[in-house]
Amino acid sequence: MNAHDPQLSHGSNAPDTLYRYDAFDAQFVRERVAEFREQVRRRLEGSLTEDEFRPLRLMNGLYLQLHAYMLRVAIPYGTLSARQMRALADIADRWDQGYGHFTTRQNLQYNWPKLVDTPDILQALADVDMHAIQTSGNCIRNVTADHFAGVAPDEIEDPRPTGEFLRQWSSAHPEFSFLPRKFKIAVTGGAHDRAAVKVHDIGLRIVRNAAGETGYEVIVGGGLGRSPFIGKVICDFVSRADLLAYLEAVMRVYNRFGRRDNKYKARIKILVHEKGIDAIRAAVAEEFEQMDRAPYAHDGAEYERIVASFATPPYESLPKDSAVLESARVANKDFAQFVAVNTAPHRVDGYAIVTVSLKPIGGIPGDATSEQMRALADASERFGFGELRISHEQNVILPHVKKDDLFALWTLLREAGLATANAGLISDIISCPGLDYCALATARSIPIAQAISQRFSDIGRQQEIGKLGIKISGCINACGHHHVGAIGILGLEKKGQESYQITLGGDPTLDASLGELLGPGVTADEVPDVIEHLVAFYLAERHDGETFIETWRRLGHARFKEALRREGEDGADI
Amino acid sequence: MAATKHPQILFASDLKLGDVLVLGADGWERDLRKAKVAASAEEAAQFEAFGKAEIAANRVVDVYLADVEIVGGAPQPLHYREKMRAKGPSVRRDLGKQAQGDAA
Repeated sequence: MNAHDPQLSHGSNAPDTLYRYDAFDAQFVRERVAEFREQVRRRLEGSLTEDEFRPLRLMNGLYLQLHAYMLRVAIPYGTLSARQMRALADIADRWDQGYGHFTTRQNLQYNWPKLVDTPDILQALADVDMHAIQTSGNCIRNVTADHFAGVAPDEIEDPRPTGEFLRQWSSAHPEFSFLPRKFKIAVTGGAHDRAAVKVHDIGLRIVRNAAGETGYEVIVGGGLGRSPFIGKVICDFVSRADLLAYLEAVMRVYNRFGRRDNKYKARIKILVHEKGIDAIRAAVAEEFEQMDRAPYAHDGAEYERIVASFATPPYESLPKDSAVLESARVANKDFAQFVAVNTAPHRVDGYAIVTVSLKPIGGIPGDATSEQMRALADASERFGFGELRISHEQNVILPHVKKDDLFALWTLLREAGLATANAGLISDIISCPGLDYCALATARSIPIAQAISQRFSDIGRQQEIGKLGIKISGCINACGHHHVGAIGILGLEKKGQESYQITLGGDPTLDASLGELLGPGVTADEVPDVIEHLVAFYLAERHDGETFIETWRRLGHARFKEALRREGEDGADI
Repeated sequence: MAATKHPQILFASDLKLGDVLVLGADGWERDLRKAKVAASAEEAAQFEAFGKAEIAANRVVDVYLADVEIVGGAPQPLHYREKMRAKGPSVRRDLGKQAQGDAA
């Protein structure tokens, strides 16, 4: 099968609103699968050593982890069709352990594939226009985007066509396949940043200039990991026509001047930090001026082709409010909570954006069973034009649900164990796999998330606390984004034991800030108590309508630190 | 023979399947309880040499020695990382060696 196969199943409620591979894309991915199949064969027969093979498998998303290989599948700009979600479920059942893990980079990870099966898995992905190319290695990784793309009321423009343009530009780019380090790009088109653009190597904000033209604010040098930095604006407006050439210039400057002598200082954030944003801006401007920009000239026809492939679904003309929804809310308290917490305003009257939480109380953040994936595919086809999104918060989004259908959707989700009403609340915790799976981890992170989730399991209490982002990483690489958690938790090894550092005040949005350390590390058992005390202090001190991060900013870090110290003196074992 | 600070066993990952192996008396084993223990620096060096040869023979990858203690006659990893490898994910007891009866 390929992208144009007539056997593609699309129900009447599943129009083409997603980018579909053209003949070039399909052939490229098929050839990569065949190439990797041959590389695996040569590895197994001994023609390739592990040192020779490792970079090849990594460029195809295959890692060796703690218990098994791990395959990381790209979900470009976080968008999936129902058909693709079903294929992911089928792969989980046929070649893995019946589940997948959605990550903070809008990818899906299989934790148990066998090397000998990987070419077949990649072929199954290619059959539904998917791949694992450039989900690892020192190259430009999967381009991520706002998970509310195309439906958010605050949006200037859908960021996904830009994301697809960048995917095509960066895939197998010959100059940028061996960068000093990995390189991550995120795009947002909204006034509110849901894509964490300020903590990416390059963040793009779609903006309008004084003349009303649409273009891009380009942010560089953000990143988390060992040395976290908030990105800096290198250019406040790059026209669409110049975007690829400008990014090419940024990449060339990084490729030329980025450090290769020390992997911990090799990201562009270090280059920007050491040279200064003004020097980098000047170097990029010089490169941009002198380079041959013709190969990167804007291809308006191709851009329009891509834009057209993200067609607006055939929305019905509906009133803004739904009487069906209102009566269901009155009749069912659990449903009313779900609607209050897990739905967001849509740009079209009568529709809502639904966040399906992959954070059941006490569950593993981001994990979904194959049955749940199929339930989500079914739900998207019945209620959402067959389209799904993966958020960097490790949840699934149904972006086009009629308000009239919300109760039926909720019923379906509840039967699949997917109706937890906690989107954005304290139990909606971002967590990396940590030492339960990851070979780089220094401590477990999932059990910490589970313990906090169970401690705050009461949904009423969660709603009383309000929006509060807890983010947990099992090592300094910060895949769990702990630096930008209002409460961040970092698992480390201390004297042969797992130990957890807690930070406060992180924020991934346009008001981006990095968390500040609360104090010495605590044990896993102590973490929920610390969170409990922090929340109690916040609830006691907050002004009306203030979120945790707003109270922390008003009072200052020292007040929270002091409050926790006093609790410790009062006998709490922290 | 020079004693090591702790007894050691040799960990590896199976090249084809990716799962965790330990060196046993008759070659690679999936059951940690069958791990052969190096009690001296010389034995540990022999283990490592065997591991390098097995890497060259394209049977295993990621070979390294890990400290253990002997509990009830069987080696138990001292570090929590290797304890995790010996069992499987602590959050999914239905997966990994712990689910197959191969856990130490």
